[in-house]
Amino acid sequence: MVTAEPMLMGKMTGQRLTLAATGSWTAEHAYELEPLVEAVTERRLTAGGVSIDMGRIERLDTFGAWLVERLLRAWRTAGYEADIVGLADHYCALLEEVHNVNRGAHLPPPSHRSIFNIIEKVGRAVLNTVGDFIALVEMWGEAAVSLTRVLRRPTTFRLTSFLYHTQRVGLQAVPIIVLITFLLGCIIAQQGIFHFRGFGAEVYVIDMIAILILRELGVIMVSIIIAARSGSAYTAELGSMKMREEVDALRTMGFAPVDVLVLPRLVALVIVLPILTFIGSMAALCGGGLVCWLYGGISPEIFLSRLKEAVSLNHFFVGMIKAPFMAFMIGIIACAEGLRVKGSAESLGTHTTASVVKSVFLVIVLDGLFAMFFASIGK
Amino acid sequence: MAEVKSEVVIRVRELVVGFDGTTVLDHMSLDVFRGEILGFVGGSGAGKSVLMRTILGLAPVREGSIEVFGLDLAKASESERRATERRWGILFQQGALFSSLSVRQNVQFPMREYLDLSDRLLNEVAMAKLEIVGLTPDVADKFPAELSGGMIKRVALARALALDPEIVFLDEPTSGLDPIGANAFDDLILTLQRTLGLTVFMVTHDLDSLHRVCNRVAVLAAGRVVADGPITTMLASDHPWVTHYFRGMRGRVVASAGR
Repeated sequence: MVTAEPMLMGKMTGQRLTLAATGSWTAEHAYELEPLVEAVTERRLTAGGVSIDMGRIERLDTFGAWLVERLLRAWRTAGYEADIVGLADHYCALLEEVHNVNRGAHLPPPSHRSIFNIIEKVGRAVLNTVGDFIALVEMWGEAAVSLTRVLRRPTTFRLTSFLYHTQRVGLQAVPIIVLITFLLGCIIAQQGIFHFRGFGAEVYVIDMIAILILRELGVIMVSIIIAARSGSAYTAELGSMKMREEVDALRTMGFAPVDVLVLPRLVALVIVLPILTFIGSMAALCGGGLVCWLYGGISPEIFLSRLKEAVSLNHFFVGMIKAPFMAFMIGIIACAEGLRVKGSAESLGTHTTASVVKSVFLVIVLDGLFAMFFASIGK
Repeated sequence: MAEVKSEVVIRVRELVVGFDGTTVLDHMSLDVFRGEILGFVGGSGAGKSVLMRTILGLAPVREGSIEVFGLDLAKASESERRATERRWGILFQQGALFSSLSVRQNVQFPMREYLDLSDRLLNEVAMAKLEIVGLTPDVADKFPAELSGGMIKRVALARALALDPEIVFLDEPTSGLDPIGANAFDDLILTLQRTLGLTVFMVTHDLDSLHRVCNRVAVLAAGRVVADGPITTMLASDHPWVTHYFRGMRGRVVASAGR
């Protein structure tokens, strides 16, 4: 739809400036109109008053009407006379409407530049971190209370929900866990063999693989994958429910959201993660064994016998014992973040990200703490 | 409310729309004329919102044609579609405001997308639109989650009117509003239609709105338009559903209290 270019032509008749407005004074032409109107507003110093003849305007909408109004106001507040002539009847109502708007003092949108803003941001970040920590502790407490409630009356445990989540975070995660840990085992083995060859100590690669994987890497890798996969899912689910007021609805019906939503998810994760850790560790050992055989020339018999010597049940338990703690922590973080989501889509994204990042970070920290603990008790 | 039977802005012919085996709209035809306020009624689930969504291109068409401003949207090019989208504004039933943006940013959003304006003008026109729909300036920096239901509808209307469209689609605009708020909204629509020369396509259940605001009413039943005309035609109709709707308990109270 081609519309005529808007124009504003001025003519001085004695002391008065007469402006003839033509063309389409609409949104599409606003970027041309604004400078035109600004230019005329400057000219008020040389004339005694202004009349705007709008008889030959083709089309007018709120954008055009507002610019005319802005012009009139600028002239009138400077004390000059300003008026409109020749306006078609059907536009009168629009101009009248626009005449009444933007009269109150508007607060401009808050600016973001000063040094105080930066200091404020730092302060708020610190407070938020403390707030986050407190929220986690609160969730931990609520979960514990919920668990005691369920232990007192076991029939109130939501078994169906628990089984459903077990399937989702456990069974459906097996393929990806096996794939990733298998590859991890291959990589470690390959690097180990490559470097140990120099010392002629290839066969000790098996010790390295076994101890690394069973004690540390099995748990860490599986926890990180589960945090990314299931932690984010928990946060997004609970966050969406919070946004759509489903959590409020539950509460008003007399249910505690912790009992209905959090506990089944948490228990599912705590039960499933050790199993997945076991599966992952075995897959990694298989990967390591395969690479040892194909790349390192160590036959499966030698691999297995060396494995039996290097690995004691000790190493296995050190790894496995960490798993439920990791799961508990990932679950608490994911659910706490989910229930803290506010009303916007951006908030959902922020909290989901925070959930995964915090989980991964704390997995590593927790692993470090366990390492110190086990070192101190000599295991 | 005499209206000149002028240009047809939306022409729907023999439209068939359905999902998964069920047919919702069954060879329905409808015209919407420029400058009128058309009320579109039908039972819940009859397909009113489906028709609106189909016209807007949000639902697929099985058979039939839809022309908006004389352009068949199914056959239009990308740029023609965009040009048409610039000329209409939509008020969704729940508002559908962007939750991460403030009220001011919500209203400015279409303007930033389609027009090239200075920040000052963007701000001034956005505030003007908010005041035109009856909101106070302090609402501008709030976020949708902080607004009441009535305010959300008004902000959504301001956003629908952001580019001064020629057609405005309203999906149950007064649902969830208290009678005073609904009344005020009706007045607002009337004023805006007069001031901005809008064509209004309003899907509604609200009998008050139908009586007070609509030039013409179209009734959707069994997948097609069974009655079409001013409210007086509706009241005189013999069709059982129409009679039930307009002359049931609620209908009679409204009609007699009415004008």
